[in-house]
Amino acid sequence: MTTPVRERPLSPHLQVWRWHLTMLTSILHRATGLALYAGAILVAGWALALGAGPDAYPAYMDLLASPLGRLVLVGLTLSLFYHLANGVRHLFWDAGLGLSVITSTQSGIIAMAFSVVATIIVWAIGLGQGGPQ
Amino acid sequence: MTDLRTPLSRARGRGAAGHGAAHWVAERVSAVALIPLTLWMVYAALSISAAGYAEAVAFVSHPVNAVLILLVLIVSGWHMHAGAQVVVEDYFHRTLGRSALLLLNLFVTVLVTALAVFSVLKVALGGAL
Repeated sequence: MTTPVRERPLSPHLQVWRWHLTMLTSILHRATGLALYAGAILVAGWALALGAGPDAYPAYMDLLASPLGRLVLVGLTLSLFYHLANGVRHLFWDAGLGLSVITSTQSGIIAMAFSVVATIIVWAIGLGQGGPQ
Repeated sequence: MTDLRTPLSRARGRGAAGHGAAHWVAERVSAVALIPLTLWMVYAALSISAAGYAEAVAFVSHPVNAVLILLVLIVSGWHMHAGAQVVVEDYFHRTLGRSALLLLNLFVTVLVTALAVFSVLKVALGGAL
């Protein structure tokens, strides 16, 4: 393998920057995306349990309804709504909109607030129904 | 616009391969599709969260629900493969480890999606009853 003529430039990394909100929202986007990767495996597990029949399905749902299962599901709900809201934010940026410091900070706050509120609403509805059986 | 760099110069300097745009666009297209799909998925999850096996089978067997579940699985499978690929490319620079993780990402996402799609089809087409 040949050595490159010159090393490619790297962008300044985390330690160079003062912490700011748009940095946090960016990191959270990746973190929640990876969490949802694990969540997709849980959803596939649900589909497999349903396909496996009436014995496997309640066992899988009981697992999800356990304290640890619920903790994971709350985290995944939060991750889903955050990744969704922040993804919309990214789509606006890709269209060249909302890129100023003030607007991007405000939209970041909105994305985080939305994910918390939406998670509370969904779980209030879910637990109101009796939750995962 | 004419590119004055020779192909060898581009390869030596590790210049752009020239096909990153398609990946970037595909990630955005799947993101747009997933906005309504994931909102529907939350509704679907709430609909069957308190239900038992029979109700869940009935829900999945409804043609509209079955198709929407399949779309959620396939589009999110595509999207998570694209997203995780970028994460690997950003943080892993040694060829072997990077290639292994990129392959693992491809195999995991395709396997998980295929298992889930097959299970949903099996239920929706009546195999589980």
